[in-house]
Amino acid sequence: MNPLPAGRDVRGGPQQRGLHVGKIEAAQNPKSALVRLLPYLRPFKTSIVWVLGLVVLYTFLGLVGPYLMGVAIDQLLRTKLSVGLARVSVIMLVVYVLYNVLQAVSGRVMASVSQRALKQLRGDLFSHVQRLPVSFFDQNQAGDLLSRLTNDIDAINQAISQNVTTLVASLLSMVGIVVAMFVLNYWLALASLLVVPIMFWFTRFVARYTRKGFRDLQRDLGQLNGVMEEAISGQRTSHAFRRKDAATDAFRRGNQQVFAAGVYANSYALLLMPITSVLGNLFVIVLAGLGGWLALSGLVSVGIIATFISYGQSFVQPLRQIANLYNSIQAALAGAERIFAIVDLAPELDAPAELVSLGEVRGDVIFDHVRFSYLPEVPVLQDLSFEAKPGQVVALVGPTGAGKTTIINLLTRFYEINGGTVRIDGTDIRSVKKQDLRRNLGLVLQDGFLFSGSVLDNIRYGRLSASDSEVMEAAKLAEADAFIRLLPKGYETQLSERAGNLSQGQRQLLAIARAILADPAILILDEATSSVDTRTEVRIQRAFLNLMRGRTSFVIAHRLSTIADADQILVIEHGALAESGKHADLLARRGVYHRLYTSQFKGEAI
Amino acid sequence: MGPLRKLLRFAKPYTKQSLLALLLLTTLVVLDLSIPRLIQSLIDRGIEGHDRALVIHTSLLMLGVSVLSIFVAVGNNNLSVMVGESVSRDLREALFLKIQTFSYGNLDQQKTGQLMVRLTSDTGAVQRLLQVSLRIGTRAPLLMLGSLVLMITTSPTLALTMLPLLGVTSVAIVFFLVKMEPMFRIVQQKLDRMNSVLQENIAGIRLVKAFVREPFEGQRFEVANQAYTAESVKVMEFSAVMPATLTLCVNIGVVVVIWAGGPESVQGKLSVGQIVAFTNYLLTTMTPLVMMTLLSSVWASGIASAKRVDEVLSAVPEIMDAPNALSLSIDGAARIEFEHVTFSYGGASADSVLKDISFVAEPGKTVAILGATGAGKSTLVKLIPRFYDVSAGRVLINGIDVRTVTEDSLLAQIAIVPQESLLFSGTVRDNIRYGQPSASEQQVLEAARAAQAHDFISELEHGYDSRVEQRGANFSGGQRQRIALARALLLRTKILILDDSTSAVDVETETHIQRALAELGQTQTRVVVAQRISTVLRADKIIVLDEGRTVAEGNHHTLLQTSRIYQEIYSSQLGNAGLPALREEQVSL
Repeated sequence: MNPLPAGRDVRGGPQQRGLHVGKIEAAQNPKSALVRLLPYLRPFKTSIVWVLGLVVLYTFLGLVGPYLMGVAIDQLLRTKLSVGLARVSVIMLVVYVLYNVLQAVSGRVMASVSQRALKQLRGDLFSHVQRLPVSFFDQNQAGDLLSRLTNDIDAINQAISQNVTTLVASLLSMVGIVVAMFVLNYWLALASLLVVPIMFWFTRFVARYTRKGFRDLQRDLGQLNGVMEEAISGQRTSHAFRRKDAATDAFRRGNQQVFAAGVYANSYALLLMPITSVLGNLFVIVLAGLGGWLALSGLVSVGIIATFISYGQSFVQPLRQIANLYNSIQAALAGAERIFAIVDLAPELDAPAELVSLGEVRGDVIFDHVRFSYLPEVPVLQDLSFEAKPGQVVALVGPTGAGKTTIINLLTRFYEINGGTVRIDGTDIRSVKKQDLRRNLGLVLQDGFLFSGSVLDNIRYGRLSASDSEVMEAAKLAEADAFIRLLPKGYETQLSERAGNLSQGQRQLLAIARAILADPAILILDEATSSVDTRTEVRIQRAFLNLMRGRTSFVIAHRLSTIADADQILVIEHGALAESGKHADLLARRGVYHRLYTSQFKGEAI
Repeated sequence: MGPLRKLLRFAKPYTKQSLLALLLLTTLVVLDLSIPRLIQSLIDRGIEGHDRALVIHTSLLMLGVSVLSIFVAVGNNNLSVMVGESVSRDLREALFLKIQTFSYGNLDQQKTGQLMVRLTSDTGAVQRLLQVSLRIGTRAPLLMLGSLVLMITTSPTLALTMLPLLGVTSVAIVFFLVKMEPMFRIVQQKLDRMNSVLQENIAGIRLVKAFVREPFEGQRFEVANQAYTAESVKVMEFSAVMPATLTLCVNIGVVVVIWAGGPESVQGKLSVGQIVAFTNYLLTTMTPLVMMTLLSSVWASGIASAKRVDEVLSAVPEIMDAPNALSLSIDGAARIEFEHVTFSYGGASADSVLKDISFVAEPGKTVAILGATGAGKSTLVKLIPRFYDVSAGRVLINGIDVRTVTEDSLLAQIAIVPQESLLFSGTVRDNIRYGQPSASEQQVLEAARAAQAHDFISELEHGYDSRVEQRGANFSGGQRQRIALARALLLRTKILILDDSTSAVDVETETHIQRALAELGQTQTRVVVAQRISTVLRADKIIVLDEGRTVAEGNHHTLLQTSRIYQEIYSSQLGNAGLPALREEQVSL
């Protein structure tokens, strides 16, 4: 795997896991973030072109209205008759209605376009995150990640949603006014244009601060999100240990940081509007003063000065809007940078060379001189070799931290091995598509994680096409059916991530039902029944024995009774194979396994 | 508006700043309005009257006004930003502290993702409401008022015809505000949903990957994303119509002026100049009206969010100290008694998880709870630290009902090692002394040794300073459990609760742990939930639960004789291939 440059560790920790992907990189350059946002508008090209057409049209209509008013007034002055007035009024009314309808329509279309573009961005980001390796999720704060998917996209939303049409309309009316000014008086027009570079320079000047400000703000917001997420997830523990203050302290620090960053960023960003308004006034004043002086000297007529002043006012207005827009885009860019920082992380890669299909898996699993470490300097598995024959039940035994779960992480390719090979039916698993590989593995983890949804949904997660009766059949085999039927709504009972109404053991039973339903070629049980009582466990095992006939299963368990029936017991110690064999043989050997096994009953003897 | 008013108390500490901001804003508007007047005088009296001095004088005056308005503008800006950010900071803190008071029962009903939306997106909306109000709140009405006054002075009769217009625009603004608020509320609800999907997906990523459910999850997210987008589009499309509608009202006003004013001017009642001036004033009201539309959409979303924030703030924690709660103090060892305890999670109506449980844990003794999955073992121990309140009966510590003492003093006597041993990001040392940050190095080491965690911690590259990642992801299940055990042992509390907390620890290590616990002495009363017989063998009393009832009570030897369930559990652990010789040898002891 391509080692990514180590990004900044937001928690300031000393560790970097350069080898296994993870920390999100620091910000990119802003221009590229903007350029990368543009493709999201491409699907809406036609809509956007239409909107632009509408904007041109209604800007034009916006000029026609006042012109008609002039016509009406001239007519009044000339004829002193109100005969044609009704007609002009009706035309004016039509023009205005048309103007506002077009304005509303283009606003609506742009609102829908921008929201749908953002939806696409969120969707893309989500599917990218889905493809990131497990190490990424181990190393980044869930809350920060969430913040990128919500707060950062919202920052883009706030900035762009309604501003695009404003920008076009502003530019158009500016062009119109400039043309009109040049027609009236060449030199005064040139002088007026001087305001453009001043405004431009000032905007750039402020933008430098707002860019930094919004970057800091979005980063701090992400960190605070991380703190809050961890605090809420860990609240049961902090409550039990009377340490809510610890969470509160961390929260207060983060909150204060967000406050400070928010004050900084917004003070600069919002400064632009009033300041440009004052600049606009200054511009008009200069025009008036200069023009007045020129008029006194008889160089220009008073009428021209008056017109220029009013043009000046309408010239500055769009300029201000553009300046303001430019600045609010800084907030959007700060968000976009954080989003693209994730998009730039390499997803789980499938080997580019021939991706072999696993096909029908028999379940012959070989670890051949496998070496692995999470941290480059701390080896976890050293030269581990073993073979699991099709249909075997293989138990992984060993002291805590010996590397048993790591073996599972490698078999599922949650992490990639550093040396040696892992083969299934003779095929190196690195030459197989990850999804293809995992489809053949049924994994039951200790934590019994549940998604919010019904009991039925949670079991069906193992095989989406399963019918209700198949789901219930799996639940029966997993010894879960009985307790499910006692739940308030049976299989339709809604569960959530941490619902209090299911015990840990019951969750494990659901997880097992899920794996049974998935019907995998290779089953992996990682402490899958640790919280299940032993009588139930024995019954599940019996069910498994039937189910797993002709398939391979790996079992990690600390209750050695669970694994006494295994076809092969692998005793792992210090990342290497210490012993292997059948229960009776291993006991007879009086080695590591014997020590582990007898200690189970030692308590009574002491 | 009720919840908003309640939330305004968060703005109270910043009343001075807010008022000052509004004052500065008003000054700014007045200064802004003075410029056209000055220009007019410059042209009319200066240029027309060939008064060079007046031209220069007025120009300088205008310059001064501009410079002054820069300061005023910056002042208003910084004050309103400060107030907005302060209030949102305070609001976040209030929310966070409130959530911290939630008991287990409250937390069971809330999704982390939803609370997060309230903490970020909703407080943000309230903040925008304040900030925008302080920045343009008085500007729009003032400009409108000014135009109105000028209109009336120009032509009272024409101004009168404008009354319906004024009414229509006011109604329109209120209509938009009222209409949009529930729309924003729905948007936020959809955001809740989307955030929850995200949060769950991240938490359960191993499962997603293991079952190759990325496409399915993508679909799930797509549904939530689509629903959120649809609602956002709805409210944004609606708000896009608003400025157009209001400017249309004004434009119609202009037409009306021409139409109605034309004949009047023909009759000589009105000069053409007056009509022109009047329409100009009308058009200048356009800007504040457009501002008002911005205000009303910000207000609508702010109010919607304020209601949601208020929902959390006014939620009542399920468990609170009784009004006259005492502080629990324990001399010697603690005696825990369950007296006819019945409990259900869903209140009285739901099926009881525990039914009429009575037992005593004598001071300094160890009571083990054994039973089938779902028998209610974990629930039972959660009642001791009052994570939940009993539905009937009493839980007593040294004769005192846990509901009559303060939560803090109760928890101070109890250390618990939960089933899912959650660690926090930080160092290993931080995690072990989590319950007592002031603990000495000696205490940390002792606790770690007793929990059999010292050896593996010492082997880590940075020892006790090694980083623990979020939720302890970089430690194995057994390692996490032992760190969590060390965390509880360090406190040396009178009561220790082990909720199946060595399930991922190998049996040999567990034996060491038990020996270490025994050495810690008889001052601690322990309640141990376990699946393994090896864990409960040496308990002074074993309680066997079945479907929420006590079915057997006694020590290992008596239960082995008398309880059929216990016998079954015992034999199930030896496995089918358990060596009869070994069994004999052990049991005979």
